[in-house]
Amino acid sequence: MFSGLMLNTWIAATAVAVIAGVTGFFAVLRGSTFAAHAIPNGAFAGAAGASLLGLNPFAGLAVFSLAGALGIAGLSRRARSDVATALTFVMMLGIGALFVSWSTEYAQEAYSLLFGEVFGVSTGEVLPILALGAASVAAIVVMFRPLMLSSALPEMAAARGVSARRMELAFLLVMALATSMTVPVVGALLMFSLMIGPAAAARSLTARPARAMFLSVAIALVTVWAGIALSYQSNWPLGFFVGVLGAVFFLAGRAYAATRRRLHLDRTARGAA
Amino acid sequence: MIVLRYVFEPGFFASGPVHIALAVGAVVAVTSAVVGLFTVMRGQSFAGHSLADIATTGGSGAFLVGVNQFWGYLAFGAGAAAFMEMIGVQRRRGRDVATGVVLGAALGLAALFLYLGTQYSSTTGASFAILFGSIFVITSSTVPVLIASALLALATVVALGRVLLLSSLSPDIAAARGVPVRAVGAAFLMALATSVALSAMIIGAVLSTALLIGPAATALRVTKGPVRAAAVAAGIGVAATWLGILLAYDSFYWPPAGRGWPVSFFVVTLIVGGYLVSYLRRRDRGKVAPTEPDREHACSVA
Repeated sequence: MFSGLMLNTWIAATAVAVIAGVTGFFAVLRGSTFAAHAIPNGAFAGAAGASLLGLNPFAGLAVFSLAGALGIAGLSRRARSDVATALTFVMMLGIGALFVSWSTEYAQEAYSLLFGEVFGVSTGEVLPILALGAASVAAIVVMFRPLMLSSALPEMAAARGVSARRMELAFLLVMALATSMTVPVVGALLMFSLMIGPAAAARSLTARPARAMFLSVAIALVTVWAGIALSYQSNWPLGFFVGVLGAVFFLAGRAYAATRRRLHLDRTARGAA
Repeated sequence: MIVLRYVFEPGFFASGPVHIALAVGAVVAVTSAVVGLFTVMRGQSFAGHSLADIATTGGSGAFLVGVNQFWGYLAFGAGAAAFMEMIGVQRRRGRDVATGVVLGAALGLAALFLYLGTQYSSTTGASFAILFGSIFVITSSTVPVLIASALLALATVVALGRVLLLSSLSPDIAAARGVPVRAVGAAFLMALATSVALSAMIIGAVLSTALLIGPAATALRVTKGPVRAAAVAAGIGVAATWLGILLAYDSFYWPPAGRGWPVSFFVVTLIVGGYLVSYLRRRDRGKVAPTEPDREHACSVA
């Protein structure tokens, strides 16, 4: 399980978990869950187009995920953001369906783009993931305060001169950057589960932003590592374990929060009596 | 007449699969448009899309255990809707997170089902059918069941009509008037799940989302009043579906592959194109009276 061949898998998966934990924290906080689903999945159309033209799939993924981010941010200017996201997303997938129908031998590749190929990561693939992952985490850290402010208290952010629109666009672009690198490795579906489950669990465990973000990264790491180990042993797909573990962590977090709230109420009731 | 022959490739009106596609497509388009109207007003587009994805997971699960796929679609759609309602917080943001968690878990299951499926048969195209479906391969024996379930979902939404409208636009006023807002929301989510599960089974998850959100959002931009909006949305949905089917039929000899472009591409492009026209049209009017859409409350600004 820890042989040389698997080393790349562990490194790549760890990097992906860190990226997903950090970006997912803000995706959950801002309520951009739909965008977190739409951008990685829609980007898959770009990979189909790139393979049709004989280009590197990374290029197609990058172009389509950035176009998706711009489309969502652009349409949300004067429309509900969920409608903007839905329509951008179906347009990208519609184009993907067209590309796929044009090429002949794409079905297998499409499967791996959706569900990932984490056990076949080459050293050449690890380096760009690490570089882009570092870039997107750095971008989030740099933007941390204004992003936090505009996510939690939009009115106050506006009063302080932080443009909500610009923050939204910046955040979506970072998410696009992160997903264009991670999708070929872990797959579009897994990337989404990994962004939402751990971050949502972390938020119900603590209210402090920095601590919640670190907790979100930690839960994402545990999820991925456990998923790889289980997948290696059972031969079942990694996406299954990550999806289910994410939901389990979320439910556990909710249960913990509910119990704590009840205990707190009990204590205050006793203190009053 | 010669022009007509170029528009309608020979054989279009004589083809059995085309008849079924046109009829079923129209039923699905009307149901999706009306249900979609409330989906857009309530800000539940993400739930609408997720339920389509989750229902297709159920379809592949049913395929695996050898049950009729129809029940797999319906069971997973309804189960997911109930689960979302149970863990969903009432605020929109919390609801999206709950939707996301359920969707994430279901996609994990989809990965497993597809993996187990490919163990027994070598159909890598399965992931594809799940995403894109195909309107040209509906067997005529399933058509009556499909239409009956679609009408049931439609009837639920129409019967709830006024109450649903009030609790979508202003939950507080609805609650003050004694409307059981949560129960109405749950009933709507069930109707949404049924309609989306069926349309996902027939036309694929992508097209299902497009028909649910696109026509309704366009209609809410160009009309006032719920009944007129429903009529316009249904009209847009049916027109886009029929035109898409026609274009897909015509495209059989188009380059580069010579085997027809996918229906979903045409329908999605028509729907999104229509929305963009209405979106850009509003800009001119906006210059006269510049109003900033209030994201949480603006129901007319879809």
